[in-house]
Amino acid sequence: MERIPILKLGGVLIVTIQVDMHDHLALALEEDLTAMIVRTGARGVLIEISALEIVDSFIGRMLVSIAAIARVLDAETVVAGMRPAVAITLVELGLELTGIRTALNVERGMALIQARLSEEDGHGSDRDGLES
Amino acid sequence: MTMDGAGVLERTLAEDEVTILDAWIASLRDGTSLRSGRIREAELRTQAKTVLGLLREALAGGGLDADAEGFASIRETLADISRSRAIQGFTPTDTANFVFSLKERVFEALVKTHGTDAQGLAAGTWAASKVLDRLGLQTMEVFLASREEVIGRQGQEIAELSTPVVRLWDGILALPLIGTLDSARTGVVMENLLQAIVDEEAEIAIIDITGVPTVDTLVAQHLLKTVAAARLMGADCIVSGIRPQIAQTMVHLGVELNVVSKATLADAFAVALRRTGRKVVRQQAPAEERR
Repeated sequence: MERIPILKLGGVLIVTIQVDMHDHLALALEEDLTAMIVRTGARGVLIEISALEIVDSFIGRMLVSIAAIARVLDAETVVAGMRPAVAITLVELGLELTGIRTALNVERGMALIQARLSEEDGHGSDRDGLES
Repeated sequence: MTMDGAGVLERTLAEDEVTILDAWIASLRDGTSLRSGRIREAELRTQAKTVLGLLREALAGGGLDADAEGFASIRETLADISRSRAIQGFTPTDTANFVFSLKERVFEALVKTHGTDAQGLAAGTWAASKVLDRLGLQTMEVFLASREEVIGRQGQEIAELSTPVVRLWDGILALPLIGTLDSARTGVVMENLLQAIVDEEAEIAIIDITGVPTVDTLVAQHLLKTVAAARLMGADCIVSGIRPQIAQTMVHLGVELNVVSKATLADAFAVALRRTGRKVVRQQAPAEERR
């Protein structure tokens, strides 16, 4: 069965969705990601969806539930690279993905997670990686 | 001798083409077409001549049905003329008169050629009326359609013009909204803003509604949707320029804008600069330096 690869980079799990999401794939991703967070003890999850052109309410809900699950497992979820058309669709569907952090691209998304992690680790709020 | 109307008309047009043409141009000249200076006489003459020639051809092909195949070329020519009139800003009367003024001249010519033949005259008159009325109406239809097209295009241009996305600084965009917000416009606004966020890699977008005259629940909902969509893309929105009356109305209506809002665009810009880690500093004593 087709699966979406999950990459581990430091304490962050990176998922890039590059195919059309159908429901089985979404459910499989949710399951894999949950297992992966537990196994690696990741503190951040970055979901990159710049190639995702079509969303429906199910995919939107899946993003929300992944974020909620990750939060339970003490990981921060950032969705990066959403296309304008996708954003409009989600808003029209009434799914504003409250509780999920968003970023314009992977770089900003990583910076967001790093900033959050270093803050939590008590290194102060050195927001390195953010453009000045 | 009896003839069908198309035959009578065709023969009359063939015999008297030059006379009819001159008389037609003369009446067009007396009309407002030329006096308004929108079209030159030579051009008008060419158009009239083409139309008359095509009309004769169409009649020779037989039939009086101006919607038939034989009239295709004259319909096309008239449509072209009508369309250019619409764009040049002629009045509807002017445009319609182009065809209808031909009728009088054709009647005159018919009287001349068939003055004694009552049956022929009647048939010719009926034929001329039928064909020219249909063509005239068709001209009007095309004229109106072109005008509507022009109006539609202008509307679109206004919509585009009135929703510019301005880059204030690296990663800071401003969207000054002017005029009433409806669903269609909000759609355009949202698309423009989101595309600009992608293009400029913006972190913060300031939506300035100083120029929005009224904010009701619907407009507020549109605004919130735009803000939510921008947030999904990873950009923050600040709403600025809410006027006192609008703030009152919104509170009375129970509209809640759960976004950062600032009184003026300047305040919003200051917040945006601060959030992106920048600061505006006054150079020390600029006044003294200048002296």
